[in-house]
Amino acid sequence: MAKRIEVSGLNVYYGDFKAVEDVSMTIEPRSVTAFIGPSGCGKSTYLRTLNRMHEVIPGARVEGKVLLDQQDLYATGVDPVAVRRVVGMVFQRPNPFPTMSIFDNVASGLKLNGVKDRKKLTQVVEESLQGANLWNEVKDRLDKPGAGLSGGQQQRLCIARAIAVEPEVILMDEPCSALDPISTLAIEDLIEKLKDRFTVVIVTHNMQQAARVSDQTAFFNLAATGKPGRLIEMGPTKQIFSNPTEKATEDYITGRFG
Amino acid sequence: MTAIVENKPAYDGKALDLTGRSGARAFKNTLATVLIVLAFVIAIIPLVWILWTVISKGYHLLLNAEWWSQSQRGITVRREGGGAYHAIMGTLIMALITAAIAVPIAILGAVYLVEYGKGTKVARAVSFMIDILTGVPSIVAALFIYAVWITVFGFNRVGFAVSLSLVLLMLPVVLRSTEEMLKLVPDELREASYALGVPKWKTILKVVVPTAFGGIITGVMLGLARVMGETAPLLILVGYSKNINLNPFEGFMGALPTMINQDRTELALQPAADRVWAAALTLILLVLALNLLARLVARFSTIKSK
Repeated sequence: MAKRIEVSGLNVYYGDFKAVEDVSMTIEPRSVTAFIGPSGCGKSTYLRTLNRMHEVIPGARVEGKVLLDQQDLYATGVDPVAVRRVVGMVFQRPNPFPTMSIFDNVASGLKLNGVKDRKKLTQVVEESLQGANLWNEVKDRLDKPGAGLSGGQQQRLCIARAIAVEPEVILMDEPCSALDPISTLAIEDLIEKLKDRFTVVIVTHNMQQAARVSDQTAFFNLAATGKPGRLIEMGPTKQIFSNPTEKATEDYITGRFG
Repeated sequence: MTAIVENKPAYDGKALDLTGRSGARAFKNTLATVLIVLAFVIAIIPLVWILWTVISKGYHLLLNAEWWSQSQRGITVRREGGGAYHAIMGTLIMALITAAIAVPIAILGAVYLVEYGKGTKVARAVSFMIDILTGVPSIVAALFIYAVWITVFGFNRVGFAVSLSLVLLMLPVVLRSTEEMLKLVPDELREASYALGVPKWKTILKVVVPTAFGGIITGVMLGLARVMGETAPLLILVGYSKNINLNPFEGFMGALPTMINQDRTELALQPAADRVWAAALTLILLVLALNLLARLVARFSTIKSK
């Protein structure tokens, strides 16, 4: 598992509005890549194009190429549903399914795709919860609703749900922005662990977080309001935070932005 | 350890006026409270009045086993006795056939409007038609079915024809409420499901509809309650029968509203008047029972939240 993502010349439009312009980058497998940048610079929009989740929004479309180990996700005949099975996603706000128990939440990806074998499900649920550092906290109440957990636990439940379908890549859209520092720490520890198995891409507004968890950092910015967001600079996290090439990156990470 | 404290007085000696409400605001507050309570009381009076009247005048017949097990066969308005079994069964059969036709169409229609058709011309047209259908009086729905079922196709007046016209009345109620409930399901849940590689139709079936299930059931109940009390379609599309008839495709059929209507003509006679109140109370209880049943179903179909 874990695949390399190569993006070239990607533009994203919402109707006539160009939201992201000309992004090219390579995301390495078994590593954590962080996207940072001011609000509205298109990093979340861009993240969603990596598993075609932007197509849920009417009018959103993409130009350019996204290769997952040489396979173009936007080639004709590619089914977005199949893409999302290999490129999973964790969202900003924890969103466990309210009608399902903790067990069913984790098993949902498999169950909804037709896996019925109870033994297999039980095994995957335990492994995924272990993998999401949540097993010890919930193993005695797997039949209770997922929505009854704390915010941080819910987010780890969502991560367990995402890894249960064994994707190649996990996209995280500001996974800690709704959580307290302790829960954030738990998620960050988890991300560190996840990169042994998956390609992890994380959007974050928290620069310390990017510095702590990521191997590569990409900085996005937009020239002015109403202009499309662009990739300004990408490189090893250490270098981006200590010795960035671009003035804009330096201004942003040192807080002299704007 | 001593902290460095700047030499500022703790307070400047001038007391703020914290005594609160001015006279005018207190008056407005009291006035608004009185008006709201008054509005509530006015709204509740007729409800309590109706319930009290119906219960006090109708309950004693309901205590007889005869009421629940026998029909009005051979019982004239002057005579006591007999039961409402024929009418209860008629009402239930017609209401259930109505629900069996209307509920699937309504739910599928609402799913189309919320999940697929959003913003399209077809959806706007459907939505507009539903609005119109909501305003159609029951007698118009009944006459429409009369024209189609009896005049055009030449069938007889039967219970099923009543159900068809009731579908027209129930459909918009259930569709609208289901639509509202589906809209309340957060998009984040749909996205969470898509992100697991679950196709759209399965997301709707297994995530969206179950999340909205409690609300959908409530809508179905509102629709059923409306439909069970309708009288015009019964009068036009099926004759009232005092006998037990459980076949919706043949013969006249009893129903609680028409039973009330039948005995209403001789209200001066005590046996008839008693039956009117008892039938009214039975109808209320029937709706209540279905409501409770639906709530139980809704509760047990979702997982216990504890």
